[in-house]
Amino acid sequence: MVMPNTAGRPVEKNEFKQLRLEGVSRQFGGANALDQLSLTIERGEFIALLGPSGCGKSTALNCMAGLLPLSGGSIWLDQQRIDTLPPEKRGFGMVFQNYALFPHLTVSRNVGFGLKMRGVPAAEIDKRVAAALDTVQLQGHADKLPGQLSGGQQQRVAIARAIVIEPPLILMDEPLSNLDAKLRIEMRSEIRRIHRAQGCSTVYVTHDQDEALAMADRVVVMKLGVVQQVGTPQEVFARPATLDVARFMGYRNVLPARVLRSDGASVTVEGAGGVRLAGTAMQALAAGASVMVAVRPDEIAIAEGEHAFPGTVETAEYGGREWLLQVRTAFEDLLYVRSSRAVTPGDSVMLAAAPDRVLVYAGES
Amino acid sequence: MAGLATPASAAPHARPPLDPAVMLVAPAAAVMVMFFVYPFAYGLLLSFQPAQGGVLQNYIHFFQTRDLWQTIGNTLQLALPATLINVGFALAIAYATRVKSPYQRLLSTLLVVPLTLGTVLIAEGMLTYFGPRGWLAQALHWLNLYEGSIRLTHNYWGVLISLVITGFPFAYLLILSYITGIDPALPRAAATLGADGWNRFRYIYLPLLTPGLVMAFCLSFVQAFSVFPSAVLLGSPAGTTRVIAIAAYEAAFEQYDYSLASAVAMIMGLAQLAIVAAALGLRRLFYRGPVTGGKG
Repeated sequence: MVMPNTAGRPVEKNEFKQLRLEGVSRQFGGANALDQLSLTIERGEFIALLGPSGCGKSTALNCMAGLLPLSGGSIWLDQQRIDTLPPEKRGFGMVFQNYALFPHLTVSRNVGFGLKMRGVPAAEIDKRVAAALDTVQLQGHADKLPGQLSGGQQQRVAIARAIVIEPPLILMDEPLSNLDAKLRIEMRSEIRRIHRAQGCSTVYVTHDQDEALAMADRVVVMKLGVVQQVGTPQEVFARPATLDVARFMGYRNVLPARVLRSDGASVTVEGAGGVRLAGTAMQALAAGASVMVAVRPDEIAIAEGEHAFPGTVETAEYGGREWLLQVRTAFEDLLYVRSSRAVTPGDSVMLAAAPDRVLVYAGES
Repeated sequence: MAGLATPASAAPHARPPLDPAVMLVAPAAAVMVMFFVYPFAYGLLLSFQPAQGGVLQNYIHFFQTRDLWQTIGNTLQLALPATLINVGFALAIAYATRVKSPYQRLLSTLLVVPLTLGTVLIAEGMLTYFGPRGWLAQALHWLNLYEGSIRLTHNYWGVLISLVITGFPFAYLLILSYITGIDPALPRAAATLGADGWNRFRYIYLPLLTPGLVMAFCLSFVQAFSVFPSAVLLGSPAGTTRVIAIAAYEAAFEQYDYSLASAVAMIMGLAQLAIVAAALGLRRLFYRGPVTGGKG
């Protein structure tokens, strides 16, 4: 049996510059789980694959790991083509959603498993395992079995197991989704801290946009196997490229309208009941085109303004710092508005939004 | 229901009244007692009441008569190899077919068919196919693979082959269920850590399967040890395949010495118990917990 540290030696983490996915496709039962995914990951980057269930993010991760074969395209590590290699030859670390800790091995044996497979001498294994357990702050648990640990501790063992082999790339498949909310937030900063300390490139799959925004250098938003947008968290949050991305990123108010005047990026649209809004065009739009207008609930204010329009508050939900209102306007759907002012249902209000926060997309006809 | 109300004057830690639903166990318990506990106890007592001599005369007679105590060795010589072969092959084939596919279903069905045939039918088939003039001998001669005579029936090999044919399906199904119970994420994780196929089997599957393999061994062994019709039809019941069940049969139905027969049966049970206890003792050395990889 060829061991990984002869001809097919896994790449050390400081040796590679780029992981490239070129036109990666995967079909499953006739449907496209992944459709022509192309992506370049630079050394040291933290990339988040974000999207709802079924968007192909886990499929992409498993294809990168070698656990799923590609139906088309290729994956390159610098000049070396790796999609033809089995997972044991790729040398990537992976953290699974349900941790996949070996139940019959102690924590230190779990963490040291990858090093053992690489033929690292026992003394060095002990040293590196101890260092990895230090990093994830699990000193003192080395001789326990996974079954004796809590969810958060198991999570950290899984991370230690992936980082101890010092791989060029770490793949994380929704590692925090099985933890409670408080632990999730703690582990989020932990993972970020470990990433900064270790410097391994990381691909992180999640359906939680807060996680992606907080942790990633770049976010890849996916839907139904197709990449919708690649950008920094700021770009994806403030300037979602498509209506789908906008909806996913929390632009809850999506209103149909028609373009009255178009002047480059600035557009004036008219919606139901003659309501006029000034907005920013996200695509090329001509006058008269039917469009969809997306606005975040926290970016509509109760205020006067040139394009303010009236509404009646239907429900007001108290959230501690602010109120979440549902407002009946001339539009068909209720508008979601976050307001720091206390209002009561039945109040009449005027709503306004800044033009650069009103995003206008070509309509779905 | 009157039974559920505890009077206020009862002692502070009085036993709660018996849940009437427990009585539902009664029919099964009665069957157990009637068909297992009572006959066993009856047989045990009977074995201590020989026609002549003291209480242990049957047992002494057994261990003094070569014709009798040799049967333990004969039976072990058949049962142990047959069980090891069955468990070994079942492990290999179950491991190879652990991924669900139509191929797996077809293979499973074929391998399990002998379960439906019964020992006597298999013995009959083997006499026809594996006998000196049977199909196998003729095929080998025709292919010029072997010119000598085939001696696979009426001897040790016939019984061994029949034990493998009848015992394999059971071991296979049992081990297959153990293997498919192992979380498939575990070998995947091992693969990402650099373990190739052999290492995944050696470090992940085998340790997690060992307790199950020991159980499969125990159950298959007990089945094989009680071999009887195969030993008579396919073996040489007066010679190398004189198994302990034959000794009990002869004592009961040829010599009409039910006391001796019961004693032989008890000794047979003890021999099986000893091997099973040893195997279960070995099992304690291994990890016996759940075979999944964590929460969620």
